[in-house]
Amino acid sequence: MSSASNVGFRLMALKRMGIVDNYEKIREYTVAVVGVGGVGSVTAEMLTRCGIGKLLLFDYDKVELANMNRLFYQPHQSGMSKVEAAEKTLKEINPDVEFEVYNYNITTMENFDHFMDRIKNGGMKENTPVELVLSCVDNFEARMAINTACNEIGQSWFESGVSENAVSGHIQFIIPGETSCFACAPPLVVATKTDERTLKREGVCAASLPTTMAVVAGFLVQNTLKYLLKFGEVSYYLGYNALQDFFPKYAMKPNPQCEDRFCCKQQISFKEREALKPKVEAVEEKEEEVVHDDNPFEIELVSEMTEEESKAAEGETPELTEGLRLAYTTPSQNTQEDASASIENTEKSIEELMKEMKGL
Amino acid sequence: MVDEATKRTLAKIPLLKTKAGPRDGELWVQRLKEEYMSLIKYVQNNKESDNDWFRLESNKEGTRWFGRCWYIHELLRYEFDVEFDIPVTYPTTAPEIALPELDGKTAKMYRGGKICLTDHFKPLWARNVSKFGIAHAMALGLGPWLAVEIPDLISKGVVTHKEKQAEGADN
Ligand SMILES: [Zn+2]
Repeated sequence: MSSASNVGFRLMALKRMGIVDNYEKIREYTVAVVGVGGVGSVTAEMLTRCGIGKLLLFDYDKVELANMNRLFYQPHQSGMSKVEAAEKTLKEINPDVEFEVYNYNITTMENFDHFMDRIKNGGMKENTPVELVLSCVDNFEARMAINTACNEIGQSWFESGVSENAVSGHIQFIIPGETSCFACAPPLVVATKTDERTLKREGVCAASLPTTMAVVAGFLVQNTLKYLLKFGEVSYYLGYNALQDFFPKYAMKPNPQCEDRFCCKQQISFKEREALKPKVEAVEEKEEEVVHDDNPFEIELVSEMTEEESKAAEGETPELTEGLRLAYTTPSQNTQEDASASIENTEKSIEELMKEMKGL
Repeated sequence: MVDEATKRTLAKIPLLKTKAGPRDGELWVQRLKEEYMSLIKYVQNNKESDNDWFRLESNKEGTRWFGRCWYIHELLRYEFDVEFDIPVTYPTTAPEIALPELDGKTAKMYRGGKICLTDHFKPLWARNVSKFGIAHAMALGLGPWLAVEIPDLISKGVVTHKEKQAEGADN
């Protein structure tokens, strides 16, 4: 089978119809998909069918029978590592795609440097970076690890997620220094007019629907294609409220006081790059400024919280668009009082402390 | 909301001062000392209030932690292995505490036996980034989890009492 037939003439027709200038360019691009579960596996399959040049897949999970309500994996693959199973299936679909797969947890010291190295050097030509990183992980820790890596490298990436109640989801495009990073503000939540405070969580951590995951994967790959092949507009934040079929869109500038120091560095170099650019008139970005409102933002609390807790919680809250809210707020730096005492300094060495702990 | 007992317990655990994670070299060593001091104090508090419920130790880099935790139910003691890694993004993100023996036995866990935390854990952790340490994660995360889940698992017969108690973890 020739490459052209693998990519498919209907994709090539996009070029003939004038939607995309040069569809074949897709074969030169590398995308890293971190997390190949419900969203990531479908994402990888779509990219494979679109004829992407190379995929890097990261995940440390195994295929489980209990997850067969999701797409992509098949019962006979249970027990296999997800990345291994995915590579096998995807190669059958399109043998022209190159793969690098890693069956490990990116958030540990053991693997994080290797993960960063592959983002920096895993492009189609060795020692070139990947074009894009797609976060399809299901937890805060891994998202933050990807954020840390991408801020350090200056790598553009997409965050994606499906809520634990499975009826909302989002994608977010992060260009370090230029748009809000994952650490700039507490995570955004797509509000779905259900009362999350009464959300019954007894007996389970999270629900999942293949439909919501497929919609989010579709958003993610659509925007990936737009970014790589330069057509249409790439969304910065696109939410999906499945209960009302509402799709909030939003763009947020980075926080100059971001906790991630590499984010702050990237913001400075972005400003320097912008200053060097020749001035183009009247092409104003339609990004919304982060407004620090005097009136506290209408905070919807995630869980039952006392009034004092919510008062203590009033940190800086950006003005958001309809249908979006922050998952929680954090206090402004100086207003915190602590009920507990801080740790005292010690002359003891770490070995002595370890011994003391063991002797308890 | 955090219950009163947990709040009181939390208030007695010393807060940490050094904001550093395992990628921060010398600063991490300082942070690790604070982690140990805070944990030692917490275990001592627990012993004093007759509520000793876990032991932890780490590898020498302080990046991997392991130990035992136990829960008393109807005068019987149920013990479990505890383990977790310190993520590269610590202390911005909390460690994901796991009880590998219970993996697959309850839906209140993520893969690998990582416990499912309640909705209030993350906001509380986020508001106290760098001041909360491993001891706080244990008090706020694992402690309440055991109190809710273990009696439930016992009543369902998923967890049964082992006659042979582990040695060395007496009190
Ligand atoms: Zn940031």
